[in-house]
Amino acid sequence: MTLTALLALLSHWRRKPGQLATLIIGLGLATALWTSVQAINAEARASYGEASAAMGAGRLTRLHAGEAGIPVEQWALLRRDGWAASPLIEGDLEVGGGVFGLTGIDPLSTRSEGGNLAPGDQIIGLEFLTQPGLLLVAPEDVESLTGTGLPPVLASANVTPGQILTDIAVAARLLGREGVIDAILIDDSARPGRTPLEQLVPTLEQSDGAAANDIAQLTGSFHLNLTAFGFLSFAVGLFIVYAAIGLAFEQRRASLRTLRALGTPVSSIVIALLIEALVLALIAGALGVVLGYLVASTLLPGVAATLRGLYGAAVSGELAIRPQWWLSGFAIAVFGALSATAVSIRQAAVLPLLAAAQPRAWAIASSRRYIQQAVFAFALLALAALIPVFFSGMLAGFAMLGGLFVGAALLLPPGLALVLNLAQRCMKGPVSEWFLADTRQQLPGLSLALMALMFALAANVGVGTMVSSFRLTFVGWLDQRLAAELYVSASDEAQSQELYAWLDARSDAVLPIWSANSTIAGQPGEVFGIVDHSTYRDHWPLLAAAPNAWDAVAAGEGVMINEQTWRRLNLSLGDPITLADTSALPLVAVYSDYGNPNAQAIIGLDPLVERYGERVANLRYGVRLPPEDVPALMRELEARFDLPEFGLIDQAGIKAFSLSIFDRTFTVTGALNVLTLSVAAFAMFASLVTLASMRLPQLAPVWAIGLSRGQLARLEMLRAGILALLTWLIAVPTGLVLAWALLAIVNVEAFGWRLPMHVFPGDWLRLLGLAVLAALIAALLPARSLVKRPPRDFLQVFAQER
Amino acid sequence: MLLRVEDLEKSYGHGPQSQSVLRGVSLELEAGESLAITGESGSGKSTLLHLIGLLDQPDAGAIRIAGEAVTALDDSGRARWRRERIGLVFQQFNLVPSLTVAGNLALQARLAKQHDPAWIQTLAERLGLTEYLQRYPEQLSGGQQQRVAVGRALAIRPVLLLADEPTGNLDEATSEDVLELMLELCRDADTALVMATHSTHAAGRLTRHAHLTRGQLT
Repeated sequence: MTLTALLALLSHWRRKPGQLATLIIGLGLATALWTSVQAINAEARASYGEASAAMGAGRLTRLHAGEAGIPVEQWALLRRDGWAASPLIEGDLEVGGGVFGLTGIDPLSTRSEGGNLAPGDQIIGLEFLTQPGLLLVAPEDVESLTGTGLPPVLASANVTPGQILTDIAVAARLLGREGVIDAILIDDSARPGRTPLEQLVPTLEQSDGAAANDIAQLTGSFHLNLTAFGFLSFAVGLFIVYAAIGLAFEQRRASLRTLRALGTPVSSIVIALLIEALVLALIAGALGVVLGYLVASTLLPGVAATLRGLYGAAVSGELAIRPQWWLSGFAIAVFGALSATAVSIRQAAVLPLLAAAQPRAWAIASSRRYIQQAVFAFALLALAALIPVFFSGMLAGFAMLGGLFVGAALLLPPGLALVLNLAQRCMKGPVSEWFLADTRQQLPGLSLALMALMFALAANVGVGTMVSSFRLTFVGWLDQRLAAELYVSASDEAQSQELYAWLDARSDAVLPIWSANSTIAGQPGEVFGIVDHSTYRDHWPLLAAAPNAWDAVAAGEGVMINEQTWRRLNLSLGDPITLADTSALPLVAVYSDYGNPNAQAIIGLDPLVERYGERVANLRYGVRLPPEDVPALMRELEARFDLPEFGLIDQAGIKAFSLSIFDRTFTVTGALNVLTLSVAAFAMFASLVTLASMRLPQLAPVWAIGLSRGQLARLEMLRAGILALLTWLIAVPTGLVLAWALLAIVNVEAFGWRLPMHVFPGDWLRLLGLAVLAALIAALLPARSLVKRPPRDFLQVFAQER
Repeated sequence: MLLRVEDLEKSYGHGPQSQSVLRGVSLELEAGESLAITGESGSGKSTLLHLIGLLDQPDAGAIRIAGEAVTALDDSGRARWRRERIGLVFQQFNLVPSLTVAGNLALQARLAKQHDPAWIQTLAERLGLTEYLQRYPEQLSGGQQQRVAVGRALAIRPVLLLADEPTGNLDEATSEDVLELMLELCRDADTALVMATHSTHAAGRLTRHAHLTRGQLT
């Protein structure tokens, strides 16, 4: 019996293949957007896991010094004392236009569980240790590294793409850093009976596994943002499913009543509807997972570049098929289909057996329902407004955004009805009056699609405003902060001293960019020392500063910290800041430091050298000189000094590099924005096409009294355009509030910095154009079929008068 | 006695808005008999048929079909009775538009697990529908659609066929045609028929005739 009822229900789709396609494509698209985001997140997390395992994070202590590196003798000292220590060299290697992360290890002393290579692993052989050595790379990188003059490469699935693993001697030769090592991994569990590290190697900084494993924590916010966007996209797609399933229910209402009259129990109908939803969900889910894979594969290289640029996290550029994301894709498809069907099932369960046929009874929305909806919407908006007052944190930010979006979406249909009602009172003329009344009658059928459009437009305005504001601020910040015309790095201390003297005689000023790794108020970070120069006083933007902050820093009586540390630790000016567990300095100023996830502090140059001694990386300088003199000085420097790779960068080069990282950061956001807008346009198209098939009884009388099919078609197009315009009017303020929330709440939580908000009305107008265009394109097909509809169809309406 | 209706009462609405539609209606019908119920619009004809057809419940009174007190049944029991023992024909045909004629003819029989392809083929032939079996309802005339509805109702060989204005949407010739077929098939299957109609001519074709005035049979 249930099967018979199911087959009778399913027969609807055979007669309405377009509607079925709409439903499956809608749910498939929604699932695809969600799945793609989940796939990207899963891939990134897997890469963090690999990287963490490779670095022995969580199990090994990492010893490191400044840029000068650790002398080999220190490692020998540790080994002689009986410590299980393994040296490490890390650097970037430019090969064939690409940059690879190169890690050199000592396979004989590397703990078996501490690296990608296990002792006895078939890939460790004599050739790995002897000249010319072997480079272990990810399979996808073999081709680009073969025939480049490097040692032979060998594919290993254990190596993250973009990374090269090799013997430490080979790495030292390739990086030109023989005689020094960057870090030493220490097995902390072997501590008893050994000389404490603090005594044995006092100049080396220790960072434990947890600190080294910060990547996952740092990027957590980025992934939460992506997930939120994925959910938003899914919600937009879900509107299509709601609309398609709702309309299908209305079209089948009479059949359901007939089935009930013929003795089909409610339970059989409910089970049949559930089975139907599950079958549709599985089909659409499969489509969505495949589409999601394609979208994620396309976006992943950009996301990998973003994560590398923003957080220094190496993420595979190739997507693996992992159960966690494709299963989540199916799960969300089933959830979407069932939640969309729930309303239909409830209506089917309480369907009065004898009610007169009311096609699209749901469409007869009473003004009372609109008032209730508006009250609920205002309550949600008020709740959203109160959340940031009483709560803080990322979840509060997203809860506020959720309330804002749902509230604004619910407010849309009553708002549109009100506007149309007011317009109807002002309009004189039978056609315009009928047009407005008819548009109001169409609202319930179109409201889900319009809500989807509103979601997409608001997200576009919000995220676009956030990204553009960020970019504007970032560019301004770069202009201010990168004040030196030229940046020079020496290869060693001797060359550094020589460089300083040489440059001092040929420029307006030489500004040392010296730093030391250090804890800052207990946070791992980097402390910079600066000389007292007008460049800093004139150009560096300070977010908060005590009077005479620069004087205090120059005198060694104050410290400046970056914004993210300031916000993270909730510090105030005057608070004591402890650097490297030594005496504290008062906080005198806070500066912007976009793109850096770690703590950073600025003190005077002399205090830096006094506090950190040999641990100071003292190889870099900023050089002030007239811009037109930069090329000549660069040529002279190249001729005179054997500078390391990337040792000479002009201001424009650094800015271009920084901006390229910035732009890549938001590539994925932009792509998701476009996809969401496309899904919303499809929702509109789907609703208009489905409604068009049910519109004939409303259009036939107007046609009969003298409006031509062409006129009716033009009015249908005009209606779509007007509704898109009105939806845009509500979406813009919603998007601006979204932008504010992203800039003032989510970004502060995610990245630790707050940005000023700028508005871009030009972008809104472009979006309006796109929205109206999308609506007109969506309305074109139904309008065209209306023009081509034979008069017989119109006449049939009167012949079959209900 | 196949059908016994005793003191049936039904009203709609509550309080002062309440409107009494049936006031103490009683009737009896033997198997194979046919009863026409006539009356003005709003006299309660359809309501009476809905109650006998177990589509609705009376406020008072009792209905027994084939000896069983069906008014006491719960919702699923009433659904089972409708599915397996009662045929319904409506003025609006109420076919499933997405099913073909063949699908509609077999629908109730499949639901009742009484699908007999040979019997349905016979019905299709007698109703003149064999050449339309693969068509959809919208591709048929009103008369043809009503024949499908009659066939669907008779496919379960019901003990009782209820027809609510079955010819109300048809022209005179088609009405005569459909009525003749319905009576003939009921006679052959020994099915009792209760038909609500405005037409005195149609009513005259049935073995018995009752008139409903202001909720009471005369």
